[in-house]
Amino acid sequence: MKSASRAALVTACLMAGYGCAPSTEAVLETSQSAVALRSFQQRAFDTTDREKTLRTVIATLQDLSFVVDKADLELGTVSATKLSGYQLRITVTVRPRGTTQLLVRANAQYMDKAVEDPKPYQDFFVALEKSMFLTAHQVD
Amino acid sequence: MVRHRIATVLVAACLVAASGCATIPKDALVLSPDSLERRQLQTRRIDGITEKELLSAAAGVLQDLGFNIDESETRLGVIVASKDRSAFTPTQLAGAIALALFGVSTSIDKTQKIRVSLVTRPAIAADGSARTDSQMLRITIQRMVWNTANQVTRIESIEEPEIYQAFFEKLSKSVFLEVQEI
Repeated sequence: MKSASRAALVTACLMAGYGCAPSTEAVLETSQSAVALRSFQQRAFDTTDREKTLRTVIATLQDLSFVVDKADLELGTVSATKLSGYQLRITVTVRPRGTTQLLVRANAQYMDKAVEDPKPYQDFFVALEKSMFLTAHQVD
Repeated sequence: MVRHRIATVLVAACLVAASGCATIPKDALVLSPDSLERRQLQTRRIDGITEKELLSAAAGVLQDLGFNIDESETRLGVIVASKDRSAFTPTQLAGAIALALFGVSTSIDKTQKIRVSLVTRPAIAADGSARTDSQMLRITIQRMVWNTANQVTRIESIEEPEIYQAFFEKLSKSVFLEVQEI
């Protein structure tokens, strides 16, 4: 193969990978609606103790081999990163839902992509439920 | 033959780029069977100290080890620290020199960023209440390594038991100083 045709193949390859859209489109890009994302990224717990819930979220993330990046009690957020041959970042927020519940929401990115598959979030809430000793309720 | 192989590799790379190979591993957020063992390795109970005193002693240990504090939220018992250090190893260097003698240039590990999150929580008394004079402390450590070509060569959690044991030994000395106010 001549070097010119090889260069053409590499260029074609890059174009196939990244498309023709400007990369700034990624700023507001999602593959699913906010409603669809929330349906699997959030769960309600029957407790109003935010501090304890955040501490349990942190403990669960440590169980899952994450290292915490940031935690803020006021805002109710925890961000953490897992390095295991790959880089997985997660942010978990805890906020009141009505007067008797807390809403826990997680969103994750794997390498340079948003995690928009429901399964990993289900796994996270299964792990969190165990540490919370409470059931994670599906909310709409 | 060789050219044919190069073309095959390029086409394969093209397909991977187009389809997006980066999907999250199935077990990334599943509790692994060894998570309990890892928790025990990374956790110690420290008696005779309040949570605030323990965090302050722990920050001291991190500084002793050359870490810089990146973030902290004492109300949640969290300290995050990191340090950038050389990742050169004599064996890798020797290997690279040996290959260089044959005209082959290789990249070897150059720098690493080591991150630690240190989390405390009050130990639970027999009646289920939080104790003020006994704390649980867990650390998790990870690192990223870059080579001389600035490529990431390692992205990993650090799980060597000796590292955690050595950390906790230093911590118990620092806790002693903190409690004694030396």
